[in-house]
Formats: sequence, structure tokens, C-alpha cells
Amino acid sequence: MSTASLAVAGLAFAYPDGHQALFGVDFTVARGERVALLGPNGAGKTTLVLHLNGILTGGTGTVTVAGLEVGKRHMAEIRRRVGIVFQDPDDQLFMPTVREDVAFGPAAAGIKGAELEERVDRALGLVGMAEFKDRPPHHLSFGQRRRVAVATVLAMEPEILVLDEPSSNLDPASRRELADILRSLDVTVLMVTHDLPYALELCPRSLILSDGVIAADGGTADLLADAALMRAHRLELPYGFDPRSVPAAPGRS
Amino acid sequence: MGAGHAHRLYRHGHSPVHALPPHTKLAAVLAFVVVVVSTPREAMWAFAAYAGLLALVAYAARVPPGFLLRRLLIEVPFVAFAALLPFVARGERVDVLGLSLSVDGLWGAWNVLAKGTLGVAASVLLAATTELREVLLGLQRLRLPPLLVQIASFMVRYGDVVTDEMRRMRIARESRGFEARGVRHWGVLAKSAGALFIRSYERGERVHLAMVSRGYAGSMPVIDEVTASRAQWCRALALPSAAFVVCLLGWTV
Repeated sequence: MSTASLAVAGLAFAYPDGHQALFGVDFTVARGERVALLGPNGAGKTTLVLHLNGILTGGTGTVTVAGLEVGKRHMAEIRRRVGIVFQDPDDQLFMPTVREDVAFGPAAAGIKGAELEERVDRALGLVGMAEFKDRPPHHLSFGQRRRVAVATVLAMEPEILVLDEPSSNLDPASRRELADILRSLDVTVLMVTHDLPYALELCPRSLILSDGVIAADGGTADLLADAALMRAHRLELPYGFDPRSVPAAPGRS
Repeated sequence: MGAGHAHRLYRHGHSPVHALPPHTKLAAVLAFVVVVVSTPREAMWAFAAYAGLLALVAYAARVPPGFLLRRLLIEVPFVAFAALLPFVARGERVDVLGLSLSVDGLWGAWNVLAKGTLGVAASVLLAATTELREVLLGLQRLRLPPLLVQIASFMVRYGDVVTDEMRRMRIARESRGFEARGVRHWGVLAKSAGALFIRSYERGERVHLAMVSRGYAGSMPVIDEVTASRAQWCRALALPSAAFVVCLLGWTV
């Protein structure tokens, strides 16, 4: 087996005000896997995500991205390898045009000229937004902005794509389009979500984070079908949804 | 640049003035204004010559006179006080249409009005032929402190987002039966403004997080390098150079 894309070991963290959010989190994500991180509000999901690229540090435990440990020494490289797509695309898209926004990450890494343009075109092509290159982000629909936000991260050619609530505020068509895009990408994905059907559709494997620890790790369909486990961690399926009645996400080799 | 990003002052076109690099135009306008301001107010013919020069630029930029004149109206509140000068200034007085006016005040009013109008007209021409985005690139190229350019560019990007937030808050207020009528309601409006400030501040923090995640380390990466050839500089500086000659004549003749 090759080096895991992401390995988290014994990660614990308390905020400066004393509130402890993580109590020893352990898991690994193999290269090319798509994994959902499920958990109720306040379970520590966002805290965990901010540890993956070293925005939050100072607790105990380690995070390793493709063999490189997250720490002060390789911060620039870590931030290039871990692409986080935040929940609100208006926070993520801060440049005046789509093109400049997608170029921001690679340009910060020192890429310029023709190679930069090529990166931008490729990333926008992957999310089907190539013709919106010169538009300002605030003139796009919400679904389009979400897709551009994914492109801004893809342009950095990350080892792992971390999505925070990717389906939130999307209408059903945009939601499906984003699913098609995520499925088509050849990249490791960690998806933080409350949207259990979306997790089942896209991720063969799921982790449940509850009270700052990984409470369960297994096939998404199996976890969602375990009513007692779901209830214990305040996870609820939408009305009328039966995870056994739909085909699970196909695994990738 | 983004066709959809046109601000209200901009007039889309492909004239020789539009084609000039933004920093040459900025430098030209600044130099022109400095020259105009240093002209003695008694040389009235010089100001007519300046106006003629600007008319030539407007003609070259294919900006119709009506467009230019309408946008000049912005000046009105600023020069309103100039109209008071002839009434309040002291010194020798003349009678005009039965009103006793101060000669010194008349000269002062003329001075403010002529120089102000010429400066505003030059700025309107700059704004009409240069996209906001380009102005920012030009300022960056002219070595304005990068922090100021970043602040201005975030203002451009988030102006609409914050205005929209303000609009939603107003709708929410009105939906609950509130309508601002008179001083008694100012408290509510002030609280809304405070809430808006806090929301914007928090958004600022989230945007910063998203920037750091993509490798931001204090300075914006250069994505578009604007450059100007010697010929372009010559064309742009033709305006202030011609004005300078007029100014010299104004002092000597």
C-alpha cells in the first residue's frame, strides 16, 4: 500500500478558552478514497478540518499529509496539498474575477505566466465553469460559486480535497451537478456533511465524529443502516429515506 | 477584463484612450491636476485651454459630451460653498445686478469652480475609460502601499455582498412591521448598523482563513503584470505636457 493521503493520530485540541473540542482522533484516508465525515453540530468537525492544513495547531497528536507532517516547517507545502473548500463560497471567492481567484493559490505558490493560465483553465474546465472565467464571483449563482470555489482549490493540484458541507444551500440540480463533478475528479476527498444521502451517494466509507472522537468508521451504507448507532450520535436520515433501498457509492480501486 | 464587472462610471469601448495601460492614465491625470491647480487664477484663457485639452481627450475616447456633463454633476455639492464666497469675503466690492459682491470672493469662487471642474472632468474621463479592476492594478503598479490596494480591492469585491446583507436586514425589519420614521427609530437603525459591522467583521475573519488556506502569507501574488511601452507613456503624458506649456504661459504672459 502506498503512503496514505491523510493520517491523523491521537489528535486532541482545546481552544484557548478551555473548551476541549477534540479528544484523541485517529484515522487514515488512503490515496484516491472518498470518505465522508459525519457528526452532529458541535462534534468538532470544523476544528478537525482546520487542523488538516495547520490553521489550528498546538494540541497533541499528529496530522500527516502524504507522508509530510503538518507543522511550521512545511506550512506552504501542506497548504498546497490540502485543499479546503469552505462552506460559504462568498468567503472563499475574494478576488474581483473568477480567473484571478482560481489563480490565487497557484500564484501564491510562485507559478506564473502560461503555466498559471493553463492551471486556471484546467481547474475551471474540471468544474464546467470555463466560460465564466472573466466574470466577477458575485454575479454567479450560488451553485456556480460553489463550483468555482472547488476550482480554486483544484488549481493547487491538492493531494486531498476537503469539502465543508458541500451540498448546503444548493438546489437539487446544482447538488447533482456537484456530485457528478466530485465523482469525476481523480483526487482523495474528505467530505464533512450533515447530508447523509449525499454521503451515501458519493462516499463508500464514512467516519462518525462525535464528542471529539471517531465513534464509528465503516461502509457508509452499513453505518446509515445501524439505527442504534445513528440515534446515539444525533444523526437522522431525511423522512422516508431508506439507505438499504438505494445502491451505495461504488468503491474506487 | 470582466465585461460583467463594469461599474456605473465606466463606459465600455475600444478607443486609444481605453487601450492605454491604467498606471499611465493615473499618472497623467494626477500630473494634469497638479498643473491645473498651480495655474494663476487670473489667467482665465489658460483654463479654457485646459478644458479644450480635456475635450480633445473625450473626443479621442469617444465619450459623448452628455455623458461627461451628467457625471460632472457630482461636483455640485462640493462647489456649492464656492458660490457663497462672493457674499461673505471681505475687501473691495462691486455691484452686479444690484448685489454687492466682494471682488476677492468672486476670484476665489472662480478659482475653486474652474480648478474643481477641470479636476473632476479629468477623473470622470479616467473612470469612463478604465475599469475599476484596472485602476487597482494601475495603483499597484505605481507602488501604492500594497495594503491600501488590497483594502480597495476587497471593497470592490465585498461592496455588493455587504449591501445585499443590509438589504436583507431591512426586509427582515420591515417584515416584522418596522418602518424607520423619525428620530425615535434611529436606535433600531444604529443597532442594525452595529450588527452589520459585526457580521462583516466575522466575514473578514472567514475570508482571511480561506486566504491563508490557499497560501496567503501577507502579500497578494501578482497575477496580472501591467506594463507600458515608451510610446504608451508618451501618449498618456501628452495631456499633462500640453497643460504644462499652457501653465507656463499663464505665469509669464
